[in-house]
Amino acid sequence: MTAAVHAAAPGLRARRRRSALRTLAFLSPWLIGFAVFFAYPLVSTVYFSFMKYDGFAPPTWVGFKNWAYVFGDYPYFWPALRNTLWLVAVMVSLRVLFGIGIGLLITKIKTGAGLFRTFFYLPYLAPPVAATMSFVFLLNPGTGPANTILESLGLPAPGWFTDPAWSKPSLTLLALWGIGDLMVIFMAALLDVPKEQYEAAELDGAGPWQRFRSVTLPNISPIVLFAVVTGVIATMQYYTEPLVAAKVASGVIGGSGQQFEPGYPDRTTLTVPQIVYNLGFQRFDTGAACVVALVLFALAMAFTAVLMRRRSGFLSAED
Amino acid sequence: MTLTSTPPAPAVSPPAAGGTGAARRAARRRAALEWVAVHSLAVAAALFFLLPFVFVLLTAVMSDDQALTRDLWPHTWEWGNFATVWNTPGFLTWWRNTLLYAGLGMVLAVGSSIPVAYALAVFRFRGRNLAMMLVIAMMMLPPQVVVVPMYLFWAKQLDLAGTLWPLIIPFGFGNAFTIFLLRQFLLTIPREYTEAARIDGCGELRTMLRIVLPMAKPAIAAVALFHFFYCWNDYFGPQIYASENPAAWTLSYGLESFKGAHQTDWNLTMAATVLIMAPVIVVFFFAQKAFIEGVTLTGVKG
Repeated sequence: MTAAVHAAAPGLRARRRRSALRTLAFLSPWLIGFAVFFAYPLVSTVYFSFMKYDGFAPPTWVGFKNWAYVFGDYPYFWPALRNTLWLVAVMVSLRVLFGIGIGLLITKIKTGAGLFRTFFYLPYLAPPVAATMSFVFLLNPGTGPANTILESLGLPAPGWFTDPAWSKPSLTLLALWGIGDLMVIFMAALLDVPKEQYEAAELDGAGPWQRFRSVTLPNISPIVLFAVVTGVIATMQYYTEPLVAAKVASGVIGGSGQQFEPGYPDRTTLTVPQIVYNLGFQRFDTGAACVVALVLFALAMAFTAVLMRRRSGFLSAED
Repeated sequence: MTLTSTPPAPAVSPPAAGGTGAARRAARRRAALEWVAVHSLAVAAALFFLLPFVFVLLTAVMSDDQALTRDLWPHTWEWGNFATVWNTPGFLTWWRNTLLYAGLGMVLAVGSSIPVAYALAVFRFRGRNLAMMLVIAMMMLPPQVVVVPMYLFWAKQLDLAGTLWPLIIPFGFGNAFTIFLLRQFLLTIPREYTEAARIDGCGELRTMLRIVLPMAKPAIAAVALFHFFYCWNDYFGPQIYASENPAAWTLSYGLESFKGAHQTDWNLTMAATVLIMAPVIVVFFFAQKAFIEGVTLTGVKG
């Protein structure tokens, strides 16, 4: 074998080079994309984080001043970080729990399953801006249908998107409404659980809860992990819904160039991605915006690293 | 605790074994009870998912005055609201821009991602795992991390701010999410097919186009659809690049400013909302299978 390889070395080398070129050719769109739209801007973000730059006058070196400003004096940074972490903890876990619940329910439905599945899935399709505006209208404390119904039932009617204590729960409710994607994923996972395991558990006298704990949960745990990780990543990018909700609920006149108090009410709906926009495109403070972008990058990559470590199946970078 | 104290095994096994009449009746009663419980829960859930749509629709056909009251049912049915929205200056432009962004973006992203996904699934080369990890890293990266230098690049160097091109052009260079999903799907195609084609003297490009892609049609349809709706729903991108030029607004961005211009007109705003949701829902009914496959594809193990 080795002798043959040595004898064929020149031919082999040419073949190797040809296959390397072929690989490069197939990968070239992404290699260019990676360099231009990922590596280059990432390096620039680090560069600008040490510069004072308003987009017009040439950038000047200021060292860690932008960092000190963001962590020390910029009034929106800590509220935004706290809100993002709140949403990661509460919104993601509730979405996973609710997703499992709806997935279980849909696998148990015997009559009209297809119709129910369509009903449960539809909200997931609603464009986020449209869905958010609808929810601000529906949950409008003055004239919205939700409070009209709650009051007619004698139930307390909260201020929803206009009350600092209720604004994040309102966003969570909106996120639970659009659970369709998780429902489908959990449904597929639940249908894959081997029937024999349920039968064996039942013969051992396991009740419904025990069967869920010792049969269902271990079988769907890779999908649970997948849902948690993708949920966290989506929350790291959570932008449109809180911004539109805050704008519409505060009654600001929208459109381009309109300023409004970010995070209405009381900074409770600010998220980290929003303050990148606020600093970079409203205050024209490129340096500070890049500092926040790097914080966001660190957070997102930390979660990615956890995902890589856990190899949730969906990851299999190597096969 | 109480759950385990209810009659256990015997009540379940009889139907198959044919046991006593009393046990069979008990089992049937339990099945009926379960049916009622599951279906009432399903109806309650359906109300949670559907009522928002119902109220949005009802408000969309209310008169201007009534939309400001607490009445839930329209006194008069103002179907003309939809026409009013449709004829609002700019609305048709938003449609055209959205279709351009979503259509062209979809074609470019899928077209440029296919060869990359193919190489990552089929070729063996050094650095393949690293490349895959970078694709995943790119997929996880919030767009806001790189938006500031990217904006400066498009606006200062290429003078393309106020257009949709900064959003569309990058899709011609592969999309991480599309590459990842297609690659996961291509891994499930047995190697025998590509090897057989190679032995028959088929070039790599021909193998990809003639042998593998036809087998990957459902996955390609799913990612194309995903991509289309990503652009359709995108708010952040158009806000960054198109906000200063109303002629480049898309539906998602325009809708929000529509509310701004019609401060109190919830009926018109809801009518506009309906008009923007409608195409998505119509497409869903025609392409249900591809939609569901796309969602399950994101959840499958590699």
